[in-house]
Amino acid sequence: MSAARVGVLVFPGSLDDRDMLRGLELCGAEAQFLWHKDARLPESLDGIGVPGGFSYGDYLRCGAMARFSPVMRAVLEFAQSGKPVLGVCNGFQILCEAGLLPGVLVRNRDLKYVCQDVRVAVEDPGKFRAELPAGRGLVMPVKHGEGAYVPDPDHKPRVAFRYVGGSPNGSTDDIAGVANAAGNVVGLMPHPEHATDPLLGSSDGGALLRSFLAACVAARTRR
Amino acid sequence: MSDPEVTDQLAREHGLSDHEIALIGEVLGRRPSFAELGIFSVMWSEHCSYKSSRRYLQKLPTKGACVVQGPGENAGVIDVGDGNVAVFKIESHNHPSYVEPHGGAATGVGGILRDIFTMGARPLASLDSLRFGPLDDPHQRYLVRGVVAGIGDYGNAFGCATVGGEVTFHPRYRKNVLVNAMNLGIARADQIFLAKAAGPGNPVIYVGSKTGRDGIHGASLLASAEFDADTDAKRPTVQLGDPFTEKLLLEACLEAMATGAVVGIQDMGAAGLTCSSFEMASRSGTGIEMDLDAVPQRESNMSAYELLLSESQERMLLVAEKGREQEIFAVFRKWDLDAAIVGRVTSDGHMRVRWHGQVVADVPVDPIAANAPVYDRPTARPADFEERQKLDLAQLAPESDPSAALLQLLASPNLCSREWVYRQYDQLVGSSTVLRPGGDAAVVRIPETERGLALTTDCNPRYCALDPYLGAQHAVAEAARNVAVTGARPLAVTNCLNFGSPERPEAMWEFAEATRGMGDACRALGLPITGGNVSFYNETAGEGAIPPTPTIGLVGILDDVTCAVPAAFRGAGDDVILLGETRSELGASEYLAVRHGIERGAPPALDLAAEQRLQKLLAAAAARRLMRSAHDCSDGGAALALAECAIRSGFGLDVALPATGLRPEVALFAESCARALVSCSPSNSAAFLALAREHGVPAARIGQTGGVRIRIAPGVDVSLPEAHDLWARTLPEALG
Repeated sequence: MSAARVGVLVFPGSLDDRDMLRGLELCGAEAQFLWHKDARLPESLDGIGVPGGFSYGDYLRCGAMARFSPVMRAVLEFAQSGKPVLGVCNGFQILCEAGLLPGVLVRNRDLKYVCQDVRVAVEDPGKFRAELPAGRGLVMPVKHGEGAYVPDPDHKPRVAFRYVGGSPNGSTDDIAGVANAAGNVVGLMPHPEHATDPLLGSSDGGALLRSFLAACVAARTRR
Repeated sequence: MSDPEVTDQLAREHGLSDHEIALIGEVLGRRPSFAELGIFSVMWSEHCSYKSSRRYLQKLPTKGACVVQGPGENAGVIDVGDGNVAVFKIESHNHPSYVEPHGGAATGVGGILRDIFTMGARPLASLDSLRFGPLDDPHQRYLVRGVVAGIGDYGNAFGCATVGGEVTFHPRYRKNVLVNAMNLGIARADQIFLAKAAGPGNPVIYVGSKTGRDGIHGASLLASAEFDADTDAKRPTVQLGDPFTEKLLLEACLEAMATGAVVGIQDMGAAGLTCSSFEMASRSGTGIEMDLDAVPQRESNMSAYELLLSESQERMLLVAEKGREQEIFAVFRKWDLDAAIVGRVTSDGHMRVRWHGQVVADVPVDPIAANAPVYDRPTARPADFEERQKLDLAQLAPESDPSAALLQLLASPNLCSREWVYRQYDQLVGSSTVLRPGGDAAVVRIPETERGLALTTDCNPRYCALDPYLGAQHAVAEAARNVAVTGARPLAVTNCLNFGSPERPEAMWEFAEATRGMGDACRALGLPITGGNVSFYNETAGEGAIPPTPTIGLVGILDDVTCAVPAAFRGAGDDVILLGETRSELGASEYLAVRHGIERGAPPALDLAAEQRLQKLLAAAAARRLMRSAHDCSDGGAALALAECAIRSGFGLDVALPATGLRPEVALFAESCARALVSCSPSNSAAFLALAREHGVPAARIGQTGGVRIRIAPGVDVSLPEAHDLWARTLPEALG
């Protein structure tokens, strides 16, 4: 089977885009950048990664501007067709703002940016389950100022990941990441792309990225 | 609104001396226009002209095998192998950070980032050396919170990892805090860009943010004078930063450079459009004709004077190859940034500035940029210089409770955990950070290679206050040691020289002594200085000056980054080895300051040959992977260093310090130079000790790691969790 072909969105102010691209390549993907002004996606794309950063500077609510980018309409259709989409940090915020994931992310409890390693436990990561059995622990870094997840009161979230030993940001029920109802869209605050090499502290993020890529390949074969 | 008449009085209000006013008359052969007066006042300010420091800086060693570009450009450049170069520099933003801590610190970070990417390098890592007054003062807490948030907000949103630095507190920084920001970027060796305006006829293009009225006279009136009662009124001279635009500017500049159409480029930092255009023309022996009406403007009705002096952020001036302007414009359009041709390079060596169809300035470039006045200011050794170094240990009561002393030191603001600061910084973007903040030096991998760079900033201001010559030498030696304990080979230095008013002979003497010490230490250790900056006038009427603070930024290299050695222990049952000799030296120590409230005595003697032997041993041992951890032994002495290794790892220790003939508090807390603490797995200890002998470094196995107590003979036995708690609590409790 050929490698998963994935795109990594680049908004003005995306910062972890290069790291996400490199992380996905390390995990075996054929990865390319997708520019925010392009209204059309390349043919035969298997999955989309939405990276961290401060899209449009995030001077308004995080991710609130990015969802109006020309590329986002195509991403919406892509996700609605059942193809996998992974949002990390600002990418998670953007997917929530775009309505692809339920809930919203607000300022950290102590109002300060936080950068540290966290441990999360896998619960229900939707279709990203290849190397993520429920209960598996993953060590990855978080780095964000607005990472406290608040669920939609009318919409019980499908919790993909939960912080172990308390959240670093005041997230409701220690939620670190969620999946959509169909299980093909997953967003989380911790950064798997910064945990793909033991030299940098952890390689647990690789399991998450490979599970995303496995979901990409599975969605392609089903077509 | 018409320009005011230029009188000698107006010129004095611009910070120019009578001598300089006369010199302007000689250069021009007439009275300057108002816009020209603005140009002279910023170009001849201390901040831009280095008029008091230049003759000392010229004596510093700047040559070395690794040096590609020494002082004089936007940043220094060194060869780091594989066809890559590291571009790095440290710069101060002290006065703005006191007046407006968040904005001042943020734009300090923005400024140093632009210095790096204007040379074609992608920023890889930032460090920040910060100095404040005591934490029990609410205003200092406000300043710390503001500065740290400002650094984080700018660096995090720009997307460059902040990997290290230092934070210290001393009453003499109360009215003059220091914010020294360092950045290092990586470029290909054959793709370095310089700040030159070459090729008459080539277009001069303005790119980035629009120009507003912020930051006018930041360089001349804010940075080049001491503070007084009107300091708060200077807030409008602090610039406003926008990291989002800076990130776009980075990407656009690197993309524009890749087209091959860029001849030269320089950021608009201090003194904005004036300084950048003059320096570019001066370096190329050319002139520039500029039309200010073409400058993108954020506000209406800006005068020529304001346009020339604005320090609005996130702007660059570049010179492109004639006929290839459209390639540049296409890149900046893609990134939604302004780009406009504002002038042409000329061959007549003049800066000719038009505004509303009139020539408002027509001045020769070189007499202003390259031949600014240079001063040999009077120096005077402070009258109490010898007195303050006297310390009679016999008068000091013997330490009655070494355990309590250690806990008190661990909880003291200068030695406690810095996590409250660095957890507010993105330490990881770029996926290169191998050793994160909190250890000795940070280590970052050079992208797409096997190599790593170790980075640190260091200066002990108490040493420098007591003896600026020896203190500055220590700053170099400690920085080199901090890099060496990671296994890296020290390569090159950048410096940020923070001092009081050069017009006061005692401050000028401190500067002369510190630069002499720095030069001597760098020569002895084979370290070239590739650039940096000078910040004078860190003093306030009625409050005195800061301690002399020559901050050293040092870069070292690891040929195999997987050999990098962390500071904290790695497991239980490892052998603990003390390297170097402890002498009866308590002068200027943290122990004396914290435990006895005494800040006097001579700083420890420095043996640079021993430092060099230690550095070579650490590099060799790291390459052979003989060490599990290695930590510099400096502030707080061996006891503090041991406790840090334990606290940061969660593994206790049981050791006995070699105490032959030393008082217990000396064995524990003396800050003798050329020492380090190493842990080795027992199977490697013999090989490591043999290697130490070969290198001529005294080494003693003093005990083992493990357990839940910190036991250090003579006299220390404390609980590891209790020590951890005290060490971790200080900054969060003070700062929230």
